[in-house]
Amino acid sequence: MLNSAPDLHSTETPLLQTVGLTKRYGDFLANDRVDIEIWPRQIHALLGENGAGKSTLVKTIYGLIQPSEGEMLWQGKRMILSGPSEARSRGIGMVFQHFSLFDNLTVAENVALGLDGKETFKDMSARLEQVSNVYGLPLDPKREVWQLSVGERQRIEIVRALMQDPKFLILDEPTAVLTPQEADQLFIVLDRLKAEGRAILYISHKLEEVKRLCDTATILRLGKKVATCNPKAETASSLARMMVGTEIKEVRAGAERKITVPRLVVNDLSLEPDDPHGVRLQHISLELKGGEILGIAGVAGNGQDELFAALSGERLSQDPGTVVIEGVAAGHLSITQRRKLGAAFVPEERLGHGTAPRMKLSENALLTGHAASGMVQRGFINTTATLKTVDRATEAFDVRKAKRDPEAASLSGGNLQKFIVGREILRNPAVLVVSQPTWGVDAGAAAVIRQAVLDLAAAGAAVLVTSQDLDELAEITDRIAVMFHGRLSQPLATSEASREKLGLLMGGSSLDEREAAHAVGA
Amino acid sequence: MQLVLEKRAERSNTIALVSPLIAIGLTIVTMSILFVILGKNPISALIVYFIDPLTDAYSLQEIAVKASPLVMIAIGLSLCYLANAWNIGAEGQFLIGAVAGSWLAVKTQGTDAGFWVLPAMLLLGAVAGALYALIPAICKVRFGASEILTSLMLVYVADLLLDYLVRGPWRDPAGFNFPTTAEFDPVATVPILVEGGRLHLGAIITLLIVAAAAVLLGRTIKGFEIRVVGAAPRAARFGGFNANQLILLTFAVSGALAGLAGIIEVAGPVGHLQPGISPGYGFTAIIVAFLGRLNPIGILIAGLFLALTFIGGEQAQIAMKIPLDVTKVFQGILLFYVLACDSLILYRFRLVFASRQVSSGTG
Repeated sequence: MLNSAPDLHSTETPLLQTVGLTKRYGDFLANDRVDIEIWPRQIHALLGENGAGKSTLVKTIYGLIQPSEGEMLWQGKRMILSGPSEARSRGIGMVFQHFSLFDNLTVAENVALGLDGKETFKDMSARLEQVSNVYGLPLDPKREVWQLSVGERQRIEIVRALMQDPKFLILDEPTAVLTPQEADQLFIVLDRLKAEGRAILYISHKLEEVKRLCDTATILRLGKKVATCNPKAETASSLARMMVGTEIKEVRAGAERKITVPRLVVNDLSLEPDDPHGVRLQHISLELKGGEILGIAGVAGNGQDELFAALSGERLSQDPGTVVIEGVAAGHLSITQRRKLGAAFVPEERLGHGTAPRMKLSENALLTGHAASGMVQRGFINTTATLKTVDRATEAFDVRKAKRDPEAASLSGGNLQKFIVGREILRNPAVLVVSQPTWGVDAGAAAVIRQAVLDLAAAGAAVLVTSQDLDELAEITDRIAVMFHGRLSQPLATSEASREKLGLLMGGSSLDEREAAHAVGA
Repeated sequence: MQLVLEKRAERSNTIALVSPLIAIGLTIVTMSILFVILGKNPISALIVYFIDPLTDAYSLQEIAVKASPLVMIAIGLSLCYLANAWNIGAEGQFLIGAVAGSWLAVKTQGTDAGFWVLPAMLLLGAVAGALYALIPAICKVRFGASEILTSLMLVYVADLLLDYLVRGPWRDPAGFNFPTTAEFDPVATVPILVEGGRLHLGAIITLLIVAAAAVLLGRTIKGFEIRVVGAAPRAARFGGFNANQLILLTFAVSGALAGLAGIIEVAGPVGHLQPGISPGYGFTAIIVAFLGRLNPIGILIAGLFLALTFIGGEQAQIAMKIPLDVTKVFQGILLFYVLACDSLILYRFRLVFASRQVSSGTG
């Protein structure tokens, strides 16, 4: 039963303790002698930049990775985990950032697949409903996952973990996919779990959130623990400094930008999805002038990917007039032809979409540069030109790499993103459409990329930025529109777009009056 | 203690080069065991297979003669496979090429048609092979039908068509009812390179094709397109490359090369059209393509090696009464090991010592 609460008498010893935990991959130390203590009735934040070793640490605690050195103590006794199921049987639960759900199965079927128990499907379904109601995480066991929003999918993962009645729950960046309002609801659940005596390890890099929610914070940098502190006693910038190790460069907006002619216009664009679980774009219109930066906010999976494909020309529209680039109706034009009109694109996925992972950077420069910039002569590749693009991007954007022309996959996320953005910006585009420019990128690289976007707009280009990160949009955009269920809201001036307003739009409120009334009443 | 397969940080280029050699080594070990089971001395069997053919001039020429079609077909297949298009039906395209070219040879038989006959035959063979390969490619692009199945099934259609023609309309009237056309005229025959030998112009054409493929893949935007569509389809679409067009193109090119190999074989070493003109070249070429790492130069080497097994297999049948089918077993085992060893390019084996006995039973 659920109420068989974790034992509370063992508060003198931590629930979980790691001692000198080290994970080595070849010469690389993903975790370097990490000591951490997890106590019951605490929400413990794990902070760090991408690549700091957060994932390695929690995967070790969850039994997915065997440590190279060091040990873990569970309620004071040495623990060696053979795998996640042993971790679960001891009372350790985990909710991953990337959900492991089968789209075509129902909620209950997905939960059943993830449980080790031997109860019947019917009993399990009943218990699922009970647990989800007790914690205010409503779920209909019979619905198929593809019909659910991202927030609901996360609920499945959380409920699945809670059904094992864990003493210790690990959550990996749970709010990355939630609206501000959904995040608030999650925090209520987490507070309640804490009050029940459970311990929570909360991975995030949203510092305000951590300050608000967490009792303790452990900060990792380059695989090492740099500090354990009380986040409520710190400021967001002092936490950031510990994470990054240096002061973060402020992005300079620069002088007033000159707004010129419309460079990217979308007229009543509607598009059926090409995959059955995709989102239908409905009547999307926007106008973007030179010198302007427009942000598109919204919870992932509300049509941002489909809009990117329609703007880039990866998907064509029947009606040429739906997408106008530099005054030319381009809805029917291929991505190559749109690039020739002066457009440039940076997709969300760096590996596999923005670049071919196993190909060299010079070949990846050719990938988007072959149409326009002298890299191909009479069908033959000019390797001098492709290498020169790599060198220029490396210099202008401080791309760190082991050799002159390595495989794309060998670069860190931040450096590869700098290369991709650099590759496009060096072509001096008139229009830049960029999706999640700094997703999973370290703070230093993020600052470089945001600055580049601002500079490009200052030079007269029109920039469209899609991002889940509202702080990022607030920092660099002039106006923000919100995507919900394949529709795009009217843009708000960034100065007037409060988190609350955006949050309501991200929940779909202003698009449906009844929903709006409900949200206000709630 | 556990043996785990773990992902390498970067692909190992050393293993990429060495893996075919490891595969060959493992195949030889497995074959030795098989020879022992068959009651043969494995050492002498291996000598007959791999060493003897290299020691006399006739066998060396014969290796080149057998390697030519293998390499030519495998080059085409490698383009398909690099682009993630799975043409398994090269054997059928080979036969159709042979049939189409032979049509002209049969029609001009005994006429005073001039030197143009052979070039026209080669062209016909290539075009027919390309068209035949386009059938599964179009089915794939238009209807999403698995090209693996359709291209394979069309092999049997081609096989039976050839059978019908040489038993029916094209049968040599003076051929004592054997299912074969008449011997082709000299203008319809591929010229021999060495007086009195069997090495023919096809070997030169093959080398030219290898060189052309190396330039295509290494230096041109088309070659880049082929590689990127196969390696990262989504990135290729982002780059503006159309995967469907490329399926059609690579299938057509590989069909043309297989068809060309077919008509050269018929107009060269065989000299007439008959059933059984291919000892499975179209299938063996799949092994050649992978053993050669889908790289033109690698394919040239791999083609020579597999030709050696054909010759060695024939000699082993004569000298040691080892059935010819053992050659096919050999080739199958080789492909198996090549594919298995390829996983070592991205993964490595590691021994893990976990001191499980200290695990306390708190759970």
